[in-house]
Amino acid sequence: MKNFEYVRPATIPEAIAAAAQPGAAYLAAGTNLLDLMKGGVARPERLVDVTHLPELDRIERLPGGALRIGALVRNADLAHDRAFAAAYPAVAEALLSGASAQLRNAATVAGNLLQKTRCGYFYDIASACNRREPGAGCDAREGENRQHAVLGWSEACIATHPSDFCVPLVALDAVVEIEGRAGRREVPVEALHRLPGDAPAHENTLEPGDLIVALRLPAEAARFAAHARYLKVRERTSYAFAVVSAAAAIDIAGNTVRAARLALGGVAAKPWRARQAEALLVGVTPDAATFRAVAEAALAEARPSGDNAFKIELARRLVVRALTLAAAGTPARLPALPASPFASQPGALPHA
Amino acid sequence: MPEISLSQAPAHQRHGSNSGQPLTRRDGVLKVTGAARYAADNHPPGLLYAVLATAAISRGRVAALEIAAAKAHPGVVDVMTPAHKPPLAEDPDAKTNPFMFRLELLQNDQVRYAGQAIAVVIAESLEAATEGAALLAPRYEALPARVGLDGDTSFLPPAVGIGNPAAVTHGDVEAALDAAPLTVEATYETPAQYHNAMEPHAVVAAWDGDRLSVDTPSQGLIMAQGRIAGLFGIAPDHIHIRSPFLGGGFGSKGMISGPQLLGIMAAKLVGRPVKLVLRREQMYGPVGHRAPTRQRLRLGADGEGRLTAIAHHAKTVTSSFDDFYEPAADASHTLYAAPAIATSHEAVRIDIGTPLFMRAPGEATGSIALESAIDEAAHACGMDPLAFRLLNYAEVEPITGKPFSSKALRECYAQGAERFGWAGRPREPRQMRDEDGFLVGWGVGTATFPALMFAAEARAVIRADGTGVMETGAHDMGQGAWTALAQIAADGLGLGIDEVEFRAGTSDLPDAGIAGGSAHTATAGTALHNAGAAVIAKLADLATGDERSPLFGAGNAGVVARGGRLHRRDDQSRSEGYGEILARAGLAEVEARGQGTADPAAQSTYAMHAHGAVFAEVKVDPDLGQVRATRLVGAFAAGRIINPKLARSQLYGGMIWGVSFALHEEAVTDRRSGRILNADLAEYHVPVNADVPSLEAVLVDEHDPHVNALGIKGVGEIGITGSAGAVANAVWHATGVRVRRFPIRIEALIGA
Ligand SMILES: Cc1cc2nc3c(=O)[nH]c(=O)nc-3n(C[C@H](O)[C@H](O)[C@H](O)COP(=O)(O)OP(=O)(O)OC[C@H]3O[C@@H](n4cnc5c(N)ncnc54)[C@H](O)[C@@H]3O)c2cc1C
Ligand code: SF4
Repeated sequence: MKNFEYVRPATIPEAIAAAAQPGAAYLAAGTNLLDLMKGGVARPERLVDVTHLPELDRIERLPGGALRIGALVRNADLAHDRAFAAAYPAVAEALLSGASAQLRNAATVAGNLLQKTRCGYFYDIASACNRREPGAGCDAREGENRQHAVLGWSEACIATHPSDFCVPLVALDAVVEIEGRAGRREVPVEALHRLPGDAPAHENTLEPGDLIVALRLPAEAARFAAHARYLKVRERTSYAFAVVSAAAAIDIAGNTVRAARLALGGVAAKPWRARQAEALLVGVTPDAATFRAVAEAALAEARPSGDNAFKIELARRLVVRALTLAAAGTPARLPALPASPFASQPGALPHA
Repeated sequence: MPEISLSQAPAHQRHGSNSGQPLTRRDGVLKVTGAARYAADNHPPGLLYAVLATAAISRGRVAALEIAAAKAHPGVVDVMTPAHKPPLAEDPDAKTNPFMFRLELLQNDQVRYAGQAIAVVIAESLEAATEGAALLAPRYEALPARVGLDGDTSFLPPAVGIGNPAAVTHGDVEAALDAAPLTVEATYETPAQYHNAMEPHAVVAAWDGDRLSVDTPSQGLIMAQGRIAGLFGIAPDHIHIRSPFLGGGFGSKGMISGPQLLGIMAAKLVGRPVKLVLRREQMYGPVGHRAPTRQRLRLGADGEGRLTAIAHHAKTVTSSFDDFYEPAADASHTLYAAPAIATSHEAVRIDIGTPLFMRAPGEATGSIALESAIDEAAHACGMDPLAFRLLNYAEVEPITGKPFSSKALRECYAQGAERFGWAGRPREPRQMRDEDGFLVGWGVGTATFPALMFAAEARAVIRADGTGVMETGAHDMGQGAWTALAQIAADGLGLGIDEVEFRAGTSDLPDAGIAGGSAHTATAGTALHNAGAAVIAKLADLATGDERSPLFGAGNAGVVARGGRLHRRDDQSRSEGYGEILARAGLAEVEARGQGTADPAAQSTYAMHAHGAVFAEVKVDPDLGQVRATRLVGAFAAGRIINPKLARSQLYGGMIWGVSFALHEEAVTDRRSGRILNADLAEYHVPVNADVPSLEAVLVDEHDPHVNALGIKGVGEIGITGSAGAVANAVWHATGVRVRRFPIRIEALIGA
């Protein structure tokens, strides 16, 4: 491995100063970054270990009811936080559908948001990849791309963002708090990741030195708690990234939808909020035909980027299913196989 | 020889008190506490670390390496390249026996496949060596890569598997197909698979003059010793290899691989001990793999559902520079009683590391295609797939006409079907749903694997204190050799298991043959058994020839060894302890050797196979196409079971691999570069716990007087066969969609 400098700042300003240098990278649990370093995909000069920064591992309720989650809270701890899981069950379900128990115990909130694509060509440093090396080309475009994007892709890059966590977060208007050289600012998760356009290497809206310090879920988003699901199609029952995933949340009064949220994962370089589709639900009594229409709307712009046309119809069906399950109500207990189509199956071990 | 050797004859079969017991693996505590020392756990003083630099192209040559840059990196000690390496006594491309495969040992600048070693960086730390390897920044002269089953023109392989003829015919298949009222024709594809043993190939090598000490995982210690001896021009007995534990092998550690030898070369080059451990992605190339196949099956059946013809043709790939051909079509030789059978193979040479033996090589790939086709034929005949298999039950081995040494497959079908609850299965697909609306399907597959015997030796000692020692250089890959062989050893000496010191896992012990072909327990076990018989015979001679012994004169009647004593066979009240016999003879110990080999007479008379029947239930999401194998029941007849707990564990592992084969496992290769894009355990999927919620392996009684003295067949590989097809057939039964490309993927099932 390339020699690098390791620094462990004691304060946030120190961290920002250390990370603002070219070639520096924040290190959280390292479950993604260290893999990238071992593969030569990332070759930072300096690692700024944020895991010892104070006060970033808290979950607190803000006046007004929003939940503020420190950037270092571990994925598993967050999913198992009672107040959090009660208010935002689809987010807890998404977290527990990701990776493995061991990885979730280590992985941090901010690290999950900022994890890199799983495009095989991005990881294979002998391949051309615009995201890794601007201007190099994109070997996925004519390559093995059945898992690649169907929305928001460009000729420069057809990769997807792999996070499960992010999908319900964008559905629920979550916000990240960022500290940087220019002070503190807030960015909706939806605006954190960028579509590739002609600059796929420019993955997100963070500036050098920008540190995510917290994630905030608005109080308003808890209105969906009774009707919220995350659903994830995988090629094995657990420990696999999504082929396609969906977060669906509905606020129903009587038989009428007052508000709805829908987001897709595994389809684009960012977690994909389907606002126009959501609008079709408002004011209607949900039924199968509506859900299908919503699904059509959500995927209206979709087009295959390779051998992945099946993902478009799969995503439509997944939207219908996720909405159907959300309408049926959030289960009282988190399913044993979170987010799995087989979640309802008895006899499964919890969070396998 | 006394009574003990009569165990060949069924009437006198000895069932000692150890064999047959479900002993917990004896090395289990060492493993779960981390005390078991695997190869890479060794750190001799002065150890250096070696890291491979590997080729990023699939074909061509290395034009330049930045050796100076690598050497300048702090901690780097040396860089081994084709121009700078210790001399070898033998060309790594030489082939002097059929078990010898060509190796990449930096013999030149050619690149044969992506991931091939092109240099080795040796450094004071793993990190420095890793960075040194990255700094080599190779430049290549690349040629276009040949990729996949259509990567080049195909040819008829000289032989498939280990020396099997590439084409075999029995009867006139074409005529039978022409005449058949019903024919089924289908083509199936299986992907490239990689062994992915948990423990990567690792070597810690230390030279002392022309003596070599090696810690490395091996499924064939003496073969590895011979290979090293040949390459380095030293005497085999100057090489000491320790391989007490393997973190899985699955065939990939059967022959010592190029990277392990490069570690030994590196140690020679720098004159210090060197450790080399493959990274996960480096295991996708130089240590063998299961080649992809495209298999065309043509089955003919008469009006009643009796098979009249089986034609099984398999296309596969091998490397550009060596020959190993997955003998997939041979799976059709033994199972179904068709009067006409033809199997054939073709192959293409592409730019990959040479494919090699991977758990059930040929049997696994062939089985999923054959079992799928049989299912298709059953459906075409309007028959239940189990009834169809029973109707076509082979009473003699179809391809040779030989009787089976034993074959309890009917009992397997019956017991498996019973435990699974097969009765009442609707014949048509897409008929069953569970309470949640998931499609449910049931499938069956027949399992079979040859009962092989290689050659092994063992040494037995009985000591004056009445305890024993048994030695054979056996290999525990996790399958439980430390335990099962110790059980045989104890029975062979007529002692309790704790009274026998069982030694295995090093190259200075008698040759235990190879832990492969599911034949290790049978082969090494027979050697132990015979060594035991021989040492008991010596002891018996001492006693029966000595008038002071209560056994004096028992020679003709014979003696029985039990509980540390010899008993007169015709009067068991007359006995004497081992210690007493040796003490009187003034001996500290007696020792003897025994061999385990195939009996050529039995082999030419009988067809020898283990059998089984696997029943699978899958659930499929009707809209989303996600599949889960919810229940597997396998019933297996594999001769005598030495340790039912370990045997079940082997069968479970095989059955899970069957699920993997049908639903999960696949190496994804870039069609242009030939590089594998999912060479890690996140993306190369094998089943996780949640994928296999319920498993049952039923051990069906089977007595086989012919396979070997102990009646043992193997259980290591058979579990994959049958299972993969059963799962695939269950997916069809659930959905009505016959997927012929494996693993079955979502897009095949959602009709989108
Ligand atoms: C085998 C495997 C399977 C997986 N499966 C899934 C899955 O199914 N679903 C899923 O969603 N994820 C999955 N993951 C990804 C996993 O969720 C991420 O690796 C993890 O969340 C990253 O968190 P971390 O704390 O380890 O981040 P790190 O690896 O430490 O960092 C990741 C990135 O975030 C940056 N970073 C970290 N903290 C901050 C901060 N506070 N401010 C600014 N930048 C920061 C780092 O510089 C780095 O670029 C899987 C990972 C593995 C290895
Ligand atoms: S899809 Fe994007 S990440 Fe993948 S190779 Fe192309 S540019 Fe790189």
